[in-house]
Amino acid sequence: MITRREALFGAAIGAAAVAALPAFSAPVTKADIRGLAREKIKLVAPPFVHPHDQVAKGGPKIVEFTITIEEKPLVIDADGTTLNAMTYNGSIPGPLMVVHQDDYLELTLINPDTNSLAHNIDFHAATGALGGGGLTLINPGEQVTLRFKATRTGTFVYHCAPGGAMIPWHVVSGMSGAIMVLPRDGLRNDKGEPARYDKIFYIGENDFYIPRDEKGNFKSYESAGDGYDDIVKVMRGLIPTHVLFNGKVGSLTGDNAMKAKVGETVLIVHSQANRDTRPHLIGGHGDYVWEQGKFANPPAKDLETWFIRGGSAGSALYTFLQPGVYAYVNHNLIEAVELGATAHFMVEGEWDADLMTQVEAPKPIATN
Amino acid sequence: MSLFILKVLPVALAAAAVPVGLSLEAVFGDRQSHPIAMTVVLLSGSIIYPTPGEFLKEGRPQGNPRLERQLDRPLEIMAYQVGAADYADCVSAGGCQPAQETRAIPSKAPVTGVSYLDANAYARWYSEVTGDQWRLPSDEEWAFAAAERFAGEFEGVENDATNPARRWLTSYKAEVDLNRKPDPMPKSRGSFGFNSLGLADFSGNVWEWTSTCYVRTTLAADGSGVASSVDNCGVHVLEGLHRAYMSNFVSDGKSGGCAVGTPPDNLGFRLVRDRSGWASDLLSHLRII
Repeated sequence: MITRREALFGAAIGAAAVAALPAFSAPVTKADIRGLAREKIKLVAPPFVHPHDQVAKGGPKIVEFTITIEEKPLVIDADGTTLNAMTYNGSIPGPLMVVHQDDYLELTLINPDTNSLAHNIDFHAATGALGGGGLTLINPGEQVTLRFKATRTGTFVYHCAPGGAMIPWHVVSGMSGAIMVLPRDGLRNDKGEPARYDKIFYIGENDFYIPRDEKGNFKSYESAGDGYDDIVKVMRGLIPTHVLFNGKVGSLTGDNAMKAKVGETVLIVHSQANRDTRPHLIGGHGDYVWEQGKFANPPAKDLETWFIRGGSAGSALYTFLQPGVYAYVNHNLIEAVELGATAHFMVEGEWDADLMTQVEAPKPIATN
Repeated sequence: MSLFILKVLPVALAAAAVPVGLSLEAVFGDRQSHPIAMTVVLLSGSIIYPTPGEFLKEGRPQGNPRLERQLDRPLEIMAYQVGAADYADCVSAGGCQPAQETRAIPSKAPVTGVSYLDANAYARWYSEVTGDQWRLPSDEEWAFAAAERFAGEFEGVENDATNPARRWLTSYKAEVDLNRKPDPMPKSRGSFGFNSLGLADFSGNVWEWTSTCYVRTTLAADGSGVASSVDNCGVHVLEGLHRAYMSNFVSDGKSGGCAVGTPPDNLGFRLVRDRSGWASDLLSHLRII
């Protein structure tokens, strides 16, 4: 049995051993890197995505991002249940970062001294050093800068992985996000033709494990560390108390519903850093779906539901054909309705009566 | 809050109200062992009232017809929602199933986490212990009692024959415009104040069951009235900040609420008393006074 203190700090020591490898932390000094153009991106909170070109202009460049880690309590449902959240840039999920293939993604990660825990970042898109996790472990009061080459296209998860038992705990406390590496000439459909989107939304799905008291009510804790022992017990049962889009019941409904118009093509990026999920757009489809998320593979067509493996991000391209209020759900409907994984699209436009018509309204059953 | 969608009609309510408290109970000489609930008697009044249910005409959804209704006999209704402690007495006595409420609610809060079936079980038990006839109010009676707190039907503001989505979208926006934050924790009785009739806590964070069934009505194309209607009494009308329809066995507002929009925070109820004999006569007499 380890104490909470050992759990919190022991893990940091384990990961620090990896970080001690000097060759990997040395700056890259190749002339071709130094000569590359740099672009500094200001991140925006999901479901929105920072402005970006779908087709790259010019050659590869170094794209700079800054993310500040925030540990803070967040209310995650209508009952006021509180998660001692750990976040990248204050949001769950962390912001979506978009680059093009062969660009270099350069991230400055800041862990303010107002936080209490060590954190890092593991990019599934990156090669080596535990996805960068081995080079980015920082204590409160520290910052670190990592650069990696975006060699593979697709949508990829990033998450905190500070070692041992800290890894799943940080992830189910909210520390995950995604990046999208676009082909330099943009997306292609199954026939290799250009595929463009008018809008992009980023949905991060989380499974949370909030402990309950003896009456069955959710407990709250002074700090993340105070809740650690209880939360791990719930986590080990593998049954989440909440399955949510963008960190909170209602984060993508009502006033926060995503908006589109009939005829608009929307790219929906969906990540789940920990657990499998199965997005479904009720009353719509996935015209082109990169279920595994990787653009080197042709997209699947006309999907009804798509499968996002835990620890991956996928995307679906859809052109809205009919106006209305669409629900976008995890089609484990228990998780969608009872545990929270529901988002809405409000789509304005003209009704296509050829696609659907109520031939006869409800009426008493004919008796003759 | 955009009132235009709420049909908070200029509730033309001219009801006279008489509070009936414990002191009056002594006059009536009730023989109950259970402390009798404080009630208010509404003697008269009229409202313009959107009838509950769903209405179709020529295959298209219609706004709920607004009818002028008269209160044609005295209505005696509980001043407060049935309390959690009152309901617990019924549970202890074996008359009611426990409420589905596990939170630490204030001791003087209304009962929450109760279904239509639970509310009726309580009315039966309460009638037994008090020797009076208690029952859920009809939706119309509830509207009379709620007076200016009555909100009524939540519906789309547009009805485009060629584009049914207009109705869904405008209805959704209307709910969003309400900008109502969930307020889940029940509060002590009286916390939501009194309406103009001296009745407490209407349209707070506890929705109230009524005895009115959900009904789908097809109106005659020529405007001559009802062409057909189908009742579904497995679903009853709840009133509160907005009207809701829920299955009889549902006790959690969130799980039985609207597919889109803000569901009720909590489900509870209050009862009306049917007077008979001389008591009723006396109340009718009071009306004249």
